Amino acid sequence: MRRVPLGLAGAVLLLAVALIWLGARDDETDTAAVPDLTRPELIERGAYLARAGNCQACHTPRGERPYSGGRGIPTPFGTIYSSNLTPDPATGLGAWSAQDFRRALHHGRSRDGRLLYPAFPYDAYTQIRTADADALWAYLRSLKAVNRPNRPHALRFPYDRQVALRVWRALYFRPGRFAAQTQQSAEWNRGAYLVQALGHCGACHAERNAWGASPDSAALGGGLMPMQNWYAPPLGGAQAESLARLLRQGVSDNAALLGPMAEVVLHSTQRLSEADLLAMGRYLQSLPRPAGPAVSGQRPSALRMERGLKLYETHCARCHGDEGRGVAGAYVALAGNPAVLEEPPANLVQVVLGGAFAPSTAGNPRPFGMPPFAVELSDEDIAAVLSYIRNAWGNQAATVQPLDVQRWRGSVRP
Amino acid sequence: MAQRLLACTGCHGKDGRAAGDGYYPRIAGKPADYLFRQLRAFRDGQRPYALMTQLLAPLDDRYLHDIARHFAALDLPYAPQPPSRVDAATLQHGELLARQGDAARGLPACQACHGRALTGVGADVPGLLGLPVDYLNAQLGAWRTGARRAEAPDCMAQIAQRLAPQDVNALAHWLAAQPVPQPARAAASAPGTAPLRCGSMR
Repeated sequence: MRRVPLGLAGAVLLLAVALIWLGARDDETDTAAVPDLTRPELIERGAYLARAGNCQACHTPRGERPYSGGRGIPTPFGTIYSSNLTPDPATGLGAWSAQDFRRALHHGRSRDGRLLYPAFPYDAYTQIRTADADALWAYLRSLKAVNRPNRPHALRFPYDRQVALRVWRALYFRPGRFAAQTQQSAEWNRGAYLVQALGHCGACHAERNAWGASPDSAALGGGLMPMQNWYAPPLGGAQAESLARLLRQGVSDNAALLGPMAEVVLHSTQRLSEADLLAMGRYLQSLPRPAGPAVSGQRPSALRMERGLKLYETHCARCHGDEGRGVAGAYVALAGNPAVLEEPPANLVQVVLGGAFAPSTAGNPRPFGMPPFAVELSDEDIAAVLSYIRNAWGNQAATVQPLDVQRWRGSVRP
Repeated sequence: MAQRLLACTGCHGKDGRAAGDGYYPRIAGKPADYLFRQLRAFRDGQRPYALMTQLLAPLDDRYLHDIARHFAALDLPYAPQPPSRVDAATLQHGELLARQGDAARGLPACQACHGRALTGVGADVPGLLGLPVDYLNAQLGAWRTGARRAEAPDCMAQIAQRLAPQDVNALAHWLAAQPVPQPARAAASAPGTAPLRCGSMR
């Protein structure tokens, strides 16, 4: 039997104890005075901030009362159920104080001291200014109370243990308010604040590691969304004005926001002020533009291209055109479209399988929709037609394999 | 509008007039309020069908109303229904339930709410003819198990729960075998007073 050196075992044990201790440090209390929570301007500002954070998206199950909680968030560790944020004393936040709420946002800790799961993105919300936290609190206090008991999470061992959260926090969570960068403009700082703190864009637009953490979330370099299998693309280098327009309307002349982002536009960004959308665009434009996906993978065979062309002519060309140019404002162009060349091609597979509408917005109240082909086309067909559009009309990207389609076919969004 | 809604007609057939030989139901000419309620129920998860839920998730109520009105306004001929594959006794049982119901089991006739011609009533009650047998079977089954629901009081759920599996089968086959009258317009009102209170009827 091999013997583990005593010194190594001791060091591992010591590290584990240190992590567990670090992850449960006491939080500093935020002693700032709490404003009058009944002031209508404060409540209104809180409502606006809640929209910017899209809080109700997770805290409202489909078709239920807003903020009453219980929506399942599937994660690789099990399902997390969001909690009731209405002021019901028995099942919601009725017994909470403003201090309790600040601590939950900034330190990820519930009123009773339990550590919260970071599906509630407190690694982003820790940056929220105390005044904004209080406005959000005033807004939540103003909601109609809904009596709806919270549903316990359904997580696998050991993720269902508080000790797992302690370790996670020691490794990945650093509390701290947003610090403005004085050499940047007020607009840039406003954008950075909205993107990093309330908007929690990094929750999707950054790669998550095996621990479900995104240590590099500030770079917004893009990431595959776990369980949902949509790819949230990198955001750096986007042009500010066109990004603001996309967030307001959901579409531009040559792009449409689909999938989970379409719902973000529907519930959140289309209802933000033009100044805030531009500020977010300005900040994102200043982030480094990622190098375009290198065409590293295998290119499609002539046979697959031929099959893809036939399928394209039958199913796609009527709207997207023989040359993949689309129709401005209606059917997006596929030639030269960066979304078509993305690696991994998850979004293409999702859109062909399930179809998609752009969101309905004030600027685009009746969006065009793409039909689903899950029933009509096989994995081989979809792989062929996607490989074709990724390599026709001057496009260049890796071939799509039937296995890629199969892997993503099974994913169902909640 | 049809150009915007190719996402719908991909499965529901050209102009939404799917024939009775597949699974996806015809939506052309269904009552506008009924269609709106179904769209909203799919989007909000009360009618579980992942493909529809995912597709409609980014759409607001206003657009769902527009979509419902668009398909409701289409007045298009029906394709002939495919011949039935079941025996005469089954069809007879289905016809009896559809036309007379079964008072002993508290089952009203389909005609009592869906109109004498079974082509629907007003803007709320859908017609039952011209639909695929698999779709009818699946819907009646879903009403029985609670997978498909409507606003309370949920009259269709109450009725479906009183149906035995062989009743469901007989009804689905008889309804799917009926020729669709031309034109297949919804009646202005039901033949008599409604046998049950329904939350999805105004």
